Amino acid sequence: MAVLETTARDQRASGEATRRRKNARRTTNPYSPAHRGDAKLAWVLIAPALVGFAVFAAYPTLRGIYLSFTDFAVLSPPEWIGLDNYRQLLGDEVFWSSLGVTVYFVLLSVSLGLVVSVVTAAVLHRITSSTVIRGLIILPFLISGVVAGTVWWWMLDSQLGIVNIVIKAFGGDGIQFLTSRDWAIPSVALINVWKQMGYTAIIIFAGLQTIPATIYEAGRVDGASELRMFRTLTLPLLRPILALVVVLNVINAFQVFDIVSVTTKGGPANASNVLQMYIYSKAFGQFDFGYAATMSLALFVILIAITFLQMRLLRASESDTN
Amino acid sequence: MTATATRRRRFSVGKGFAWAYLIGVLVVTIFPFYWILRTALSDNYALSADPASPLPVGFTWGPFKRVLGLATTQESIAEGGSGASIEIGHFLVNSIVYATVSTVLVVFFSTLAAYAFSRLHWRGRNLMFSLFLTALMVPGILTLLPNFVLVKELGLLNTFAGMILPFGLFSAFNIFFLRQFMLGLSTEIEEAALIDGAGRLRVLFGITLPMTSGPIFTLSILGFIGMWNDYFWPLLVTSDESVQPLTLALAVFKQSSPQAQPDWAGLMAATLVAAVPMLALFMAFGRRIVNSIGFSGIK
Repeated sequence: MAVLETTARDQRASGEATRRRKNARRTTNPYSPAHRGDAKLAWVLIAPALVGFAVFAAYPTLRGIYLSFTDFAVLSPPEWIGLDNYRQLLGDEVFWSSLGVTVYFVLLSVSLGLVVSVVTAAVLHRITSSTVIRGLIILPFLISGVVAGTVWWWMLDSQLGIVNIVIKAFGGDGIQFLTSRDWAIPSVALINVWKQMGYTAIIIFAGLQTIPATIYEAGRVDGASELRMFRTLTLPLLRPILALVVVLNVINAFQVFDIVSVTTKGGPANASNVLQMYIYSKAFGQFDFGYAATMSLALFVILIAITFLQMRLLRASESDTN
Repeated sequence: MTATATRRRRFSVGKGFAWAYLIGVLVVTIFPFYWILRTALSDNYALSADPASPLPVGFTWGPFKRVLGLATTQESIAEGGSGASIEIGHFLVNSIVYATVSTVLVVFFSTLAAYAFSRLHWRGRNLMFSLFLTALMVPGILTLLPNFVLVKELGLLNTFAGMILPFGLFSAFNIFFLRQFMLGLSTEIEEAALIDGAGRLRVLFGITLPMTSGPIFTLSILGFIGMWNDYFWPLLVTSDESVQPLTLALAVFKQSSPQAQPDWAGLMAATLVAAVPMLALFMAFGRRIVNSIGFSGIK
């Protein structure tokens, strides 16, 4: 979820909290009976989470790293093969084309999604506070990627799909949305934007509501246009929330699977074979778990790098404005 | 024309555009839901003859009957179906069990941990908390395959335990979110209760937990939606219909449809059936869901 952005924010917050607590400790009696027995209770309370963390988060992460150096087909024990998987990765054209396809998908779906959701949030904020309208806008977020993919698979069908019928009615040529190389990824990205846009817009809308109206008064007195005020006042104030939303959407988009698997299945001819799709087919189609683990690790490294880059850019532009 | 009049006119033109845009967005958002319904109530053959009709063509309940297994295989094939059906009640129960149990468990355990991190004084607290937070950095894809191997080794493939445990015990985000909220709460009442001799657990369940009900609801609703719609993890660890959730059933049903001439009406009926529980949840809690989502971004 709110991954890195919140982590950074938390470090600041927890720093404050520790400071506060240190001060508190200085004034209260350190031998106070109030905290006797705290440690025992604390370990009991975190025990379930600790087990979950150790067994299903930490252990699999380390094991994933280990498996990436092995030949492993699940049924027999993993066999250490050193860097072979990594060598294979460097020479695997399908992997690099998958990476390219995924990056193309991420760029399209995150940028388009961001523009539409910022405009939608601003429009909502400006003209209506109706919860019903906001509710309708998040409807696609509530349904699964499988449902969303299936519906659009039908609506984008080249013969009977309503979208092509409308395009043809206006004199256009029918588009092979999900079955042509050029359109497969843009189509999947559009479906993803349709599904996620409302969710992003509602988060941005909530951010807009926290901006006090008094900020705009000076601008209004100066006769600045609404668009100008939006650009010079609203957007900079929204930057932290936009950064959060972009990081979240990028991370999610890199791991797209459901929509692709019910619409294009990665086709035609790998044109929409996104990374998670390829990793899945390696692991469960060819039982090459070692290599699948290597690719997962590569995806992880890419995500970390991108997130840090985004945070860096964000911090740089923050210090510009201050 | 005075300056104010110009401004007012520009103002209302802008408002007109804004409404036009918003209505456009709403139409695109909602139209597919209508199209599901319209197609699901149509006859497959009439549909291919008149695909553009805005209303159901050759109105029939046939697709729903096919999907729910109320039609015989012959009837189903005669109507353009594959003869496959979805035992909806059964998959619905699986989805409810999977989503409810994992959500309730993870929110409950996260609340306990958040209390330990925000209220109790113990050695190793900050270390443990930072350790937990590192889990936020790890994307699902890195842990999913090894977790599949682990669940297989534990002999838990095709069991609810195998589906739920990896998500039901620990969520770094939940713990972090609840801890932040608890740190922001005033502790006066809790301290008073402690001085009066109430035990820590009584304070936790009697005072802290009720005061945290807002964020607990937020995390529950978002968690429930996420688990209900989850497809990838159940795809990995279940192959047996006895535990598969609705998302998988729909995907299997879609695959069983003939590729050359898919049973569109039946597929849309199945899609609608799969979406209805979420739509019902939305009817019941719409306002709170909307507020929860907004809140989750700001916190």
